[in-house]
Amino acid sequence: MLDACDGAVMTDTENLLEVRDLKVHFPLPKTNPFASAPKVHAVDGVSFDTKRGTTFGLVGESGSGKTTTALAIMRLAPITDGSIRLNGEEICLLAGEPLRQQRRHMQIIFQDPYSSLNPRLRAGEIVRAPLDQLDVGDEKIRDDRVAELFRLVGLRPEQQALFPHQFSGGQRQRVGIARALATQPDLIVCDEPVSALDVAIQAQILNLLRRLQEEFGLTYLFISHDLGVVQHMCDDIAVMYLGQVIEHADRLSLFGRPLHPYTNALLSAVPSADPALRDRADRIRVSGDPPSPIDLPPGCRFASRCPFAEDRCRAEEPRLRLIAEGHQVRCHLVTDDGSPPPHLAA
Amino acid sequence: MTDRVVAWASRREIRRRRLHRFMRHRLAAASAIILGMLFLASAFAPLVERLMGIDIRDVDLHALQQGPSAAHPLGTDELGRDLLVRLLYGGQISLLVGLVAAIFSAVIGSFIGILAGYFGGRLDSLLMRVTDGVIALPILPLLIIFAAVDLTKLGFQASGVDDGDISLYRIIFITAMFGWTGVARLMRGATLSLKEREFVRAAIAMGASPWRVMRVHILPNAVSPVIVATTLSVGGIILFESILSFLGLGIQPPIPSWGNMLNGAQEQLSNAPLLMIWPGLMIFITVLAFNFLGDGLQDALDPRALND
Repeated sequence: MLDACDGAVMTDTENLLEVRDLKVHFPLPKTNPFASAPKVHAVDGVSFDTKRGTTFGLVGESGSGKTTTALAIMRLAPITDGSIRLNGEEICLLAGEPLRQQRRHMQIIFQDPYSSLNPRLRAGEIVRAPLDQLDVGDEKIRDDRVAELFRLVGLRPEQQALFPHQFSGGQRQRVGIARALATQPDLIVCDEPVSALDVAIQAQILNLLRRLQEEFGLTYLFISHDLGVVQHMCDDIAVMYLGQVIEHADRLSLFGRPLHPYTNALLSAVPSADPALRDRADRIRVSGDPPSPIDLPPGCRFASRCPFAEDRCRAEEPRLRLIAEGHQVRCHLVTDDGSPPPHLAA
Repeated sequence: MTDRVVAWASRREIRRRRLHRFMRHRLAAASAIILGMLFLASAFAPLVERLMGIDIRDVDLHALQQGPSAAHPLGTDELGRDLLVRLLYGGQISLLVGLVAAIFSAVIGSFIGILAGYFGGRLDSLLMRVTDGVIALPILPLLIIFAAVDLTKLGFQASGVDDGDISLYRIIFITAMFGWTGVARLMRGATLSLKEREFVRAAIAMGASPWRVMRVHILPNAVSPVIVATTLSVGGIILFESILSFLGLGIQPPIPSWGNMLNGAQEQLSNAPLLMIWPGLMIFITVLAFNFLGDGLQDALDPRALND
């Protein structure tokens, strides 16, 4: 009875994906036999919800942990701690056959269309593999489905017989998208799906992804470092820095009123053809590299590069605070009423 | 322009390019032809025997260690047997041992390497320590002991199988048992790097079982270096067989192998040097040819030269 109640509550919720306090730490070999083994804090306590039918963006520079977060949600990276719920079902603890069966509900599109397709399989076999492996339908249904998928992503069904090297980059990415769609998943993780493509092709692929989303009510977890692409695609956005979410808001708030100094720096680093924008005096420049994810500094992880950092920032780690409706930020300098750091406000 | 041409190359085109790259390797192409001729000649040894009207087992004590003549193009050995026919039959044995042992080694090595590389962790440590152990074994003394084991005393009845065959199987078995380590390491390395490729991750994400990932996604993409290493190892195995046979531990007379022909000839070195030179030359040419062939294949199968 209780279980039934729980089930009802779970299906009621509009969140498809709920990630809580996700941690992925990679242990390194011990250097000192008396100390505990050092580890890389690739993802260090990430939480977010994704509503059904929306696109959730994860943004950050290289090494911020956004791809590792995506791989962990796909259960392709080892999870140290935390909880991931898909459709209300906890998937962190699944293993073996139940995990394999769960995979039909979540699929992934990879960044590099040249390395994400096995060079020795034909495009049709690649798209068909998930159907075969997860026992979807019978032979006839699978054949029809593969042909339909090719049409859906803008390829011709005859092209099933070709090998990956016979396609262009954009076409390969379409094959990757068809493969991800094959089992009719609820969640599709897009790991920088266009960053390896030409700009003209990028737009085609992004529009294809949006069209498919509208048609099938897909939910995307969209990983990118390109803020222009994120603004085009995402409803909610989390900015990651060194394994943590440092700001989390809907698209309008994040692009309209960024609060965290790092988010501001990212936004002002977007290349612009407009000289007025380019030479703005209030551009925030960030110099240097992020600290090592092995030996983390005690205070705010961004303090070493933050132009506004105070003593408190270097001593005390800020929490992710809710500033306004749906707008969270991890910074001491942002006041509770939502004013950005004083230097930024000017 | 060239990029486009390569990008649209079909699979047949790739095969043609590979052949072209291989043939450009003059030594490798020549080696392939020489080896082909050696294989053919060995395979037709019984025919040559019949055409020449001699039997390989014919001992002619009136014609010991004769020089080349019309009846015996390469002369006769210390028991008056025809040297040419014995060389051809010896080639059968040496090439058979070399190829079969190399293929068995490659199969065992690939299996162990792919398991170690794919599953990693404890299984990897265990398998790789076993590999290190096998590499560290003093192989020659062990072989001498293995070769001395009397199978009939271990309960194997020698019915139907004659001694010569047993020495052949034994030498193939022993070489394969100790020869797989190189391929295992190679395969493990290739598996470790392929495992990080996105198409392998994609396959796992699409619900492929570990067995299928290894069979469909890793093995076919790692097989080129294994083919090269296996080809290169054939020469070594043939040398090894000749060393063992030379020591009297390999193929047992009267079955000829290039190695035991050397062994038989050593006492006659001063009065009949040709008896030693011919099998020695055959071993030399075959080993060299397999090495050149391996080098050529390495260039031809190099994935960096392909637009994959």
